[in-house]
Amino acid sequence: MIDFYLNHILTIITFLPLIGAIFLLFVNKENVGFIRNFALFLTLVLFLLSLPLYFKFDSASAGFQFEEKVSWLPSLGVSYHLAIDGISLLLVLLTTFLTPIVILSSRTAITKRIKEYMIVFLMLETGMLGVFCALDLFLFYIFWEGMLIPMYFIIGVWGGKRKIYAAIKFFMFTMFGGVLMLVAILSLYFIHFKQTGVYSFDFTDLNQVLLASKGQVWLFLAFSLAFAIKVPMFPLHTWLPDAHVEAPTGGSVILAGVLLKMGTYGFLRFCIPLFPNASHSYIGLISILAIIGIIYGALVSMVQPDLKKMVAYSSVSHLGFVMLGIFALNVTSVQGSIIQMINHGLSTGALFLIVGMIYERRHTRLISDFGGLARQMPVFVTFFMIITLSSIGLPGLNGFVGEFLILLGTFQTHKIFAIFAASGVIFAAVYMLWMFQRVNFGKLDNPENQKLKDLNWREITVLVPIVVFCFWIGVYPSTFLGKTEATVTKLLQDAQLKREKVITYENSLKKSQIEWVSNQVSEE
Amino acid sequence: MLDYVWLVPLFPLLGVIFNTIFGWKLKEKVVGIIGSTTIGLSLLVSILLLLDLLKLPEHHKIFELTLFKWIAAGSFAAEIGFQIDPLSVIMMLVVTGVSFVIHIYSIGYMHGDRGFNRFFIFMNLFVFAMLLLVMANNFLLMFVGWEGVGLCSYLLIGFWYEDNNNADAGKKAFIVNRIGDFGFLLGIFLIFTTFGTIDFTDVFHKAAVNFHVGDGTMVAIALLLFIGAVGKSAQLPLYVWLPDAMAGPTPVSALIHAATMVTAGVYMIARTNVIYTLAPAALMVVAIVGALTAIYAATIGITQFDIKKVLAYSTISQIGYMILACGVGAYSAGIFHLMTHAFFKACLFLGAGSVMHAMSNNTDIRIMGGLRKYMPATFWTFLLATLAISGIPGFSGFFSKDEILWQSFSSSYGNFWLWILGAVAAGITAFYMFRLVFVTFYGKLRADEEIARHVHESPKTMTVSLWILAGLSVIGGFIGIPAIFGGGNRFEHFLEPVFEKSAAIRESAMAVHGYAVEQGHSLEWTLMGIVFAIVLLGIGLAYLMYIKKTDLPGLVSRRIKPVYQLVFNKYYVDEIYNALVVQPIKNVSDYLLWKFVDVKLIDGTVNGTGYLVRFAGRSLRTIQTGFVQNYALVFILGVVLLLLYVVFI
Repeated sequence: MIDFYLNHILTIITFLPLIGAIFLLFVNKENVGFIRNFALFLTLVLFLLSLPLYFKFDSASAGFQFEEKVSWLPSLGVSYHLAIDGISLLLVLLTTFLTPIVILSSRTAITKRIKEYMIVFLMLETGMLGVFCALDLFLFYIFWEGMLIPMYFIIGVWGGKRKIYAAIKFFMFTMFGGVLMLVAILSLYFIHFKQTGVYSFDFTDLNQVLLASKGQVWLFLAFSLAFAIKVPMFPLHTWLPDAHVEAPTGGSVILAGVLLKMGTYGFLRFCIPLFPNASHSYIGLISILAIIGIIYGALVSMVQPDLKKMVAYSSVSHLGFVMLGIFALNVTSVQGSIIQMINHGLSTGALFLIVGMIYERRHTRLISDFGGLARQMPVFVTFFMIITLSSIGLPGLNGFVGEFLILLGTFQTHKIFAIFAASGVIFAAVYMLWMFQRVNFGKLDNPENQKLKDLNWREITVLVPIVVFCFWIGVYPSTFLGKTEATVTKLLQDAQLKREKVITYENSLKKSQIEWVSNQVSEE
Repeated sequence: MLDYVWLVPLFPLLGVIFNTIFGWKLKEKVVGIIGSTTIGLSLLVSILLLLDLLKLPEHHKIFELTLFKWIAAGSFAAEIGFQIDPLSVIMMLVVTGVSFVIHIYSIGYMHGDRGFNRFFIFMNLFVFAMLLLVMANNFLLMFVGWEGVGLCSYLLIGFWYEDNNNADAGKKAFIVNRIGDFGFLLGIFLIFTTFGTIDFTDVFHKAAVNFHVGDGTMVAIALLLFIGAVGKSAQLPLYVWLPDAMAGPTPVSALIHAATMVTAGVYMIARTNVIYTLAPAALMVVAIVGALTAIYAATIGITQFDIKKVLAYSTISQIGYMILACGVGAYSAGIFHLMTHAFFKACLFLGAGSVMHAMSNNTDIRIMGGLRKYMPATFWTFLLATLAISGIPGFSGFFSKDEILWQSFSSSYGNFWLWILGAVAAGITAFYMFRLVFVTFYGKLRADEEIARHVHESPKTMTVSLWILAGLSVIGGFIGIPAIFGGGNRFEHFLEPVFEKSAAIRESAMAVHGYAVEQGHSLEWTLMGIVFAIVLLGIGLAYLMYIKKTDLPGLVSRRIKPVYQLVFNKYYVDEIYNALVVQPIKNVSDYLLWKFVDVKLIDGTVNGTGYLVRFAGRSLRTIQTGFVQNYALVFILGVVLLLLYVVFI
């Protein structure tokens, strides 16, 4: 029984939410209490079910684990291939961890079409887990695009005033990138066929393909565009503030917490191993865009009047750090980036939850409508403070570990990048603390705010697990860093080897051409 | 005992945890006693550690303990570990000792405040972070403490958050400190890339062995770390947060913004002395910044009317001395002054707090006067501390300041100019401190009746603390009496092992350059005499202006109005920073980056593309009318055109 479970754990985890969603289809929509409890219970069970992934994961092994592979469309070379390594492990756990929190947080926020809400959320969870587990590019693409649909509905149906605009914008942006990625996947698929005579969408097969550096560039750019939109990197980020502002709290949390990570995950999983030469030659461009994102995101965040927009722009800044770390291409920085993906999921997720909590009470998100909340809501403010500090990157909390490793790793390869990026640490303090002060300090002079109630037990339950992990990662990150170290080391080594191989091959090619030409000349 | 060194930071942490969970329901007294007892226990363990350390053989007075591996990624590894040596023990004693006294004082001072519990949580958290800072055995853990004390400073400056000015002051402190931390962080990066480790022992060993004096990397590291020190220790040009930090409760000003946290920069330089000694260029920068800050802040101190502000500028100025000491390679003199300053400045601040307590929380010295009669304990302790800070022979400040001034002249890094800046600043210090004493405690009470009626001496918990600190201000210097008085300077001797690498580097460097000048005692006596004369002049002038001819200050300030205005307004530095840095960044972010680049340019392009597609669609749609006649017309037109084409061309 246990063996069967462990052998199929990824399939079970990935599709359990979908099965739950299908089950909910047959439940009477008036049965609100049952629907809510069912969704919460299911996602909680799913989180518990995903824990063996952590405990049974072999940290020493760099390869893919919990692998399941079944031929699906043999004539096309499509297989049902799921497996995880250290990188996807943490993201899978982040997903299963955040989903029940989000469902619990939606208890009072979502009051219409509850059945449909829970159904799309469960579908979304399947989509997200599928993206992180799929190792067949065809399958990956299905999950990648499939996940757009529930998110589109979450923004479009349960969103704010300009929900349709935001939903379409979100959809168009990501779709645009996705289509280009599809083209690139297909090209890679055909090149692989040309080189080996076998059709395959399998990542491990496609990863064997040796591409000339010029060819790599186009495919790299197509993949990167799709991922960069998702991250989002400057200047492709403008869908994010709109999507966040209009999305319901739960949507924002998942969007920031998990969906954005798919972009950075894509870079790590696909761009760097598949196109090492192109990745290497685009370090400069991507790092500079990342640094612009860090500083620009922080500065624009600083002047936002709307809390959610402020948090949205801060995401641009935080993910700039992640991108910078990935493209510094050394173990320290990439390790930092991975832990920073988790950190951002926790702290920005929590920030959206916090904003949602006061929005439910006051129905406004304008910073200027608040002030002096510290007196009225001490528990709320305590949580808010901890999360703010985690977002600022205060040592002892999670954010610091990620930022420090990223900057340290970057400093080792490109000092100047690290110096500019490190200034983001100052700006982060500026925009977060300024916002924090305007919301929580000062006189409680708005009569609307004087009636505010402090957090209830449900809300505290929502925030406590996140805070626990903020401290955990801050004080003892080895729990998580240990799981990714082997994977990251191997990934970077392989990419380096492949890059050198291509270079040697191309040099020898050039040489033989030169020799050939010189032979011709001498013969004449 | 050495194996139990982790107990020292653990106690305050337990205090934090306990009071966070249970403090809300407990009585003030219980909260206060728990908060103070934890610090008392830390102090006790620190004393035992000192005794253990004294027992160790002369040149092996160092003990390291690693708790666990904290961060490990790739080639990088940092641990949570402590290093106990003479320097850290002295710092631990100063921190826990002064904190203990101030915690007890706070039980009385914070009585009745609705944030009483919150106050003690933050204070204990501060002590925890400060202990990490001084006990760490590597740069990263030191940085953790460094940021941690910054956080507590932020929380405590803005303790009374309902007044936006306080919250602003807290935020300013945090942000300005972050600018410094930015340098510190880059310094750590450079240290790691240079040495492949961030462990103190390894780094200093490798630095001393592999690098020669004047190496560029060492200069870069030293300067980057110094940016951190400038921020934390409120030196030019990042001192601006400290005067504002006086918005916090007075015990906070005494503990964090006078005695301990702000001196962390001095500790950091002393701790990394090997690197600084290898970088004479950086030392020069350190010395100049220290000397200039000492005199600059002292001049502002003359003109302020807020009792805490005067003390704040005085703190900046005094830390300038410590930094100057480090800059001329007299690290142990810097630490010595750090310690004596912790005693007398904490005493002065607590005295100021006691005065505010009596004056219904007013801080303006213009409405005070004659308080000597109403609150004798406060007056006497304040006076003793003032004598100490002014450098009256026999008091603690005299020994430490004299040592610094002598070194700034006689050390191989010192020169006349550094000395004269320090000497003049000493005179100004004496002047503004006695001005403060005379205006506050002498003459007649100038407050209105409402306030005057309430003037009273503070409760026992407060005055006892004042007496303890005043006592230390008087006798604290005797452990470091310089050789010239036949004291043998036990303090310096105790610290020697920490600085022995630096001493060796200096000796070999001097041997190369042939620099070996033995300054005679007679010169030292002469300089000491000159400084003392300047100090007496300062006191005399204060006496003349604020006791004898009280109309003189007004006259003088009117006579030199432009200069007075400039100094009174703190050289308009805050306004300049605001106009040159803060506002431009805000405006550029708001109008250029957000409203133009983001909304108009990038999003405009995106939406523009969308509109273009829709426009094209709408235009093309008009062609498809659905009327067969229209299609037939187009069809015929097409045929005609084609025929014409075929026939004529």
